[in-house]
Amino acid sequence: MTQTVFAPWEDPNETPLIQFKGVTKRFGTFTAIDNLTQDIYAREFFALLGPSGCGKTTMMRMLAGFETPTKGQILIAGQDMANVPPNERAVNMMFQSYALFPHLSIWENIAFGLKRMKMPKDEMNARVDEMLRLTRLSKFAKRKPHQISGGQRQRVALARSLARAPKLLLLDEPLGALDKKLREETQFELMDIQEKTGTTFVIVTHDQEEAMTVASRVAVMDDGKIMQVSTPDKIYEEPNSVYVADFIGDVNIIEGTAKKTSEDGYDILWHDGQEPFHAKTTRQLSDGQKAFVAIRPEKIGISPEKPEGAMNAVKGKIIDIGYLGNISTYHVELPGGVMIKAQQTNTRRLSRRTFTWEDEVWLSWTLTAGSVLER
Amino acid sequence: MKRFTWFNATALTLGFAFLYLPMIILVIYSFNASKLVTVWAGFSTKWYGELLNNTQMLDAAWVTIKVAVVSSTLATVLGTMAAYVMVRGGRFMGRTLFSGMIFAPLVMPEVITGLSLFLLFKPVFTQFSAQTIILAHATFSMCYVSVVVSSRLVAFDKSLEEAALDLGCTPFESFRLVTLPIIAPAVISGWLLAFTLSLDDLVIASFTTGPGATTLPMKIWSAVRLGVSPEINALSTIMIAIVTVGVITASISTKRAALRQRAEERAAAG
Repeated sequence: MTQTVFAPWEDPNETPLIQFKGVTKRFGTFTAIDNLTQDIYAREFFALLGPSGCGKTTMMRMLAGFETPTKGQILIAGQDMANVPPNERAVNMMFQSYALFPHLSIWENIAFGLKRMKMPKDEMNARVDEMLRLTRLSKFAKRKPHQISGGQRQRVALARSLARAPKLLLLDEPLGALDKKLREETQFELMDIQEKTGTTFVIVTHDQEEAMTVASRVAVMDDGKIMQVSTPDKIYEEPNSVYVADFIGDVNIIEGTAKKTSEDGYDILWHDGQEPFHAKTTRQLSDGQKAFVAIRPEKIGISPEKPEGAMNAVKGKIIDIGYLGNISTYHVELPGGVMIKAQQTNTRRLSRRTFTWEDEVWLSWTLTAGSVLER
Repeated sequence: MKRFTWFNATALTLGFAFLYLPMIILVIYSFNASKLVTVWAGFSTKWYGELLNNTQMLDAAWVTIKVAVVSSTLATVLGTMAAYVMVRGGRFMGRTLFSGMIFAPLVMPEVITGLSLFLLFKPVFTQFSAQTIILAHATFSMCYVSVVVSSRLVAFDKSLEEAALDLGCTPFESFRLVTLPIIAPAVISGWLLAFTLSLDDLVIASFTTGPGATTLPMKIWSAVRLGVSPEINALSTIMIAIVTVGVITASISTKRAALRQRAEERAAAG
């Protein structure tokens, strides 16, 4: 069986479900969204990721119809949404606070949107039951929202927003109120439900792990702008800027100046008297240009002797060790005071650990382990 | 810390005596057998019986209840609307001025409210009647309703309304199906408050009344000028009972709603 990769954004014939066209949103003098253009395709699980105040929630609220753009156009399925009120959009939203109606039972909460559609009674009963089954809530149908747990409430909110079979489902920090274990379980449930229903999901989150886990594409936002949009692996492995590299996961950023050595090879001079780092990139940099190398801690090897044939090797001293159980993070000081984090999987028991504080060690990584960034 | 001290006990007794002694005396004397108000001549309920035969008093009571029901309903509708706009309307030109103007009648002397309503109604209505009292009462009790309802609305999660819109409600449906059921306890307390205010208002009613529209407080006031009769005491006792029941019901319903909401919030947090 051949599995086709889901990547409508790479197909030029595909028409996007959602189009932001030069959208700007200002609140008074504050610019929440700054001239933003972005396409989102049908069946995508699209994550808007960024720190609070970056405009991700504003983007979502504009899709739901609670905010109108100051400038620009938002199209859903080719239709301009400018004068379409929230209740007439084929869009539903799952609120951060869940916003379950406290005076209605779980069943009535889920049926609420269907009643507004004037759906026939039999059909509505069937639909609500289907939603209850999908979210494993059948047992709780008669209870009120305050009589169920937080995780169950989260599922009611999801069932309620999915009941009307929207073209687009918006999820505003849907898992923020759940504890870590439940959150991880729910992430997979969400993906499962998204796949089953074939609905387009747009999720807002500040939790990068969550975005990476669930999304088909992640948009990293800052200051009302989208910094990078890509698949989770590309965002992680090939960030386009120091901001993105730093926002997603743990990273070492080393500043230096670039020197071209071959078609796609560069030397990064990072400290006088030290051998420059070697790296490969498709980016074109001019000699002497300021450049950054971003390397993930887990991509850095750590050894007592200089490894044979390593492209990049540098000696340093262990300052600190962070023990996390499955992995350990070593904080290593390089000449000139640069601190580097290197991670190692703890395949052996802690008592047999090779390195300890104040040890002199060699850090090494390959040509392609680090990304060369201009900004 | 010692909670019971002689000072505390005295202050409490004096305070409550000051508030309730007159009423207690009134209630006691309504069961007096003697025709003289100040002389106790044994227990009797005969004045209550007489009251039932006094058609003038009963007419006045009927007018009062009619006025109270209609005006408090009107005040509740208007007050709730005003509260909704003030809390939800966002920022608009003159919002602070408007909200100040809604609350101003709370501290306005009744004589001034009454007089100004009189001056307003004079050229509009050819004859004053129960309707004019209803309008006047609705006007001044509306601000009380608005205060009660807006304090509930401030604590109301706005995303519930957005969720309703999102699920296909028009703004009016979202108010009717989501907001109103949730703020209902506050609306009911507002209504009860307006009802009791209307029930015992004398000043404003006197300014806006017309022939055939004598409310109970007005009737009592005019009767007392000719000398206090035990019948008035009986009537006043009934009014005290009605107002007490109203106020207690309102406070219990508010308290229950608050308790339930707290339980829900606790459940939500846990």
